[in-house]
Amino acid sequence: MDKRTSAILAKYPRGHRDCLIPILQDIQEQYGFLSETSVTEVGLYLNLPSSKIYGLATFYNQFRFEARGQFHVRFCHGTSCHVSGAFDIIRELEKKLHIKPGQTTRDGMFSLELVACMGACHLAPLIQVNEVYHTKLTSNDIKEIIDSYIQGEE
Amino acid sequence: MVVKIEVNNKVIKARRGETIMSALESVGIKIPSICAMKDFTPTGACRMCVVEIEGRQGLVPSCSQPVNEWMKIKTHSPRVIKARKTIVELLLSNHPDDCLYCERNVNCELQTLAEELNVRERRIMGKKNKYKLDHSSPSIVRDPSKCILCGRCVRVCDERLSVFAIDFVNRGNRTIIGTACNKDLNFSSCINCGQCIMVCPTGALVEKDSIAEVEDALHNKEKTVVIQYAPSVSVTLAETFGVKPGRDISGLINAALRKIGFDKIFDTSFAADLVVMEMSHELMTRKKQKGKLPLISSCCPAWVKYAEQSYPELLPALSTCKSPQQMLGAILKTWYPQVSGTDPGNIFSVAVAPCTAKKFEAQREEMTKKGLSDIDAVITTRELAKLIKLYGIDMNQIEAEEADEPYGTRSSSGKIFGSAGGMTEAVMRTLPYIAGGREPDRIKYPELRGIKGKKEASLKTGKTTYRFAVISGLENAAPLLEAIRAGNCEYDFVEIMACAGGCINGGGQPVGAEENAVRARMKALYGIDESEIIRLAHKNPVINELYRDFLGEPLGEKSISVLHTNYSERKVML
Repeated sequence: MDKRTSAILAKYPRGHRDCLIPILQDIQEQYGFLSETSVTEVGLYLNLPSSKIYGLATFYNQFRFEARGQFHVRFCHGTSCHVSGAFDIIRELEKKLHIKPGQTTRDGMFSLELVACMGACHLAPLIQVNEVYHTKLTSNDIKEIIDSYIQGEE
Repeated sequence: MVVKIEVNNKVIKARRGETIMSALESVGIKIPSICAMKDFTPTGACRMCVVEIEGRQGLVPSCSQPVNEWMKIKTHSPRVIKARKTIVELLLSNHPDDCLYCERNVNCELQTLAEELNVRERRIMGKKNKYKLDHSSPSIVRDPSKCILCGRCVRVCDERLSVFAIDFVNRGNRTIIGTACNKDLNFSSCINCGQCIMVCPTGALVEKDSIAEVEDALHNKEKTVVIQYAPSVSVTLAETFGVKPGRDISGLINAALRKIGFDKIFDTSFAADLVVMEMSHELMTRKKQKGKLPLISSCCPAWVKYAEQSYPELLPALSTCKSPQQMLGAILKTWYPQVSGTDPGNIFSVAVAPCTAKKFEAQREEMTKKGLSDIDAVITTRELAKLIKLYGIDMNQIEAEEADEPYGTRSSSGKIFGSAGGMTEAVMRTLPYIAGGREPDRIKYPELRGIKGKKEASLKTGKTTYRFAVISGLENAAPLLEAIRAGNCEYDFVEIMACAGGCINGGGQPVGAEENAVRARMKALYGIDESEIIRLAHKNPVINELYRDFLGEPLGEKSISVLHTNYSERKVML
């Protein structure tokens, strides 16, 4: 077992099933996602079948099952963003990156995450790429933003 | 305690604490339901069984609501019917419209509900489900598009098998039933028992169809197509033709198979006798030489896979005997060609099994020697029924016939393998002969019969006492397996059958059988045993001939190479 995983599990010595969600959160924070290995290891530790852990984890939007990309795009789908046309933007993002929320591009550069509200409703609609916010977007802006990150890398 | 409740303006009596649904059932009112399963705690998830209760604002699920004194219930008020109908309409709105091509056409609970609730127009339009078909398993095909998320498969897998292979994945309208990390079924901890198929209301879970391969072989002039059928098949097949459970039709099966065009028809029960011989020897040898005990049976392929993945340290205790199906398969590819002058490569060997895991077993690497599989195709009882229909055979018109020689001859010890405990009883009948050349004092062991989860018996032969345990239904196995793992198990022999009641309740049997049907099937098997002349495996003349001419002796060199195998640990996501 990876040292980081065992360190996380050591924080929950009771090994009771009610620790499941906090453990998964810690693992996601450490690795950026829940791998098959993590799911199995947590299952062994808590004596829970991995199918049940996966079932529970997929219920919540907060868990990812693919490693984050170099640029992690968080996309706001709160009420304000929604009424300001967020749906067009997500469609544009999906088209541009060829991935769906929760997934990572094959080259590992971009990953997409759908979040509820980022609390910046007056700037709606908006996305967050790593630590940078791009606000008051229209679907036309997406191509330019993504390209700027690609070019920045080259 | 009896309470009175008012149902549709009529007073009826109910037991206190009983659910509304069961109270209604006993007065002949049928309430539709999807998620409710007999002997499981109700979940109230599907809402099909709702009723109106006076004084309650919302409709109440009758499967989980206990009755109260003077509760006033309306079971078919316009509001109730409308609610039920809407549920079915919503389920249909994203359900694929391919009933005509569906395995479960005419035998589908969703179809029946739509008919019963008179859903005859398309009121709610939705996007049809489109998911990838999971063909990966050799036993079970999963079509998530047809799944209506009743959760019955999940519950059976968790609560009856303790396998926990599947669960609800994702949320809301993206929910599907999936394995850990959404892997294909063959990479999951699924043990292929097929109990999920038995409870699936629609065609979302079906067995992998092997009829086409069998047909191809039948039409191939170069192939000699031999078929064997498992002990339990003859007491369940009749149900698919509308006969009440518990009728043995082996004679008719022989006739039907011959009409279909199989060259030779053999009985897997013959090989069950062979298993008894080998396994009794194995048990005696281990007991004498203080080998690994208890000897754990390995005839149930679902249990074997479970052991490989969950209890690998117990594998050395497993019997090395192949299952009856595989033993007969091996004989048919080794000795039989020599006797009959056929090229073993031209023998196509089919097995009819009450079980989907048998399909998995047949394609295991351990079951192939020099490129020749012991068994080439396995069809379930349900598939046999389809084959019989396909070839236009009217089971009511044909005359019973005998199976073919030599492997159509069996003792009734082999026949009772179809019931959990049958194998143990058969071993107990033969063990005194193997151990001391004596005939058994006792033939019947009622304590090993019935569908209890754990049964036990003991046998004294000479100065040695053997203790036996039978586990049926994997949910009941854990305490005993843990005890064996810890090294404090008092038994010498343990029989484990994954399905409750054994093969008569296997995952390849006609769907929709209730406990009464399983009891009737079991009764039929023991009934055959009562009326048989040869009741002991070691009295089967063909078995003795086979040892004389080919195998030598039980656990001899030849037997080991043809009839035995070993299993090894399997890594899956548990």
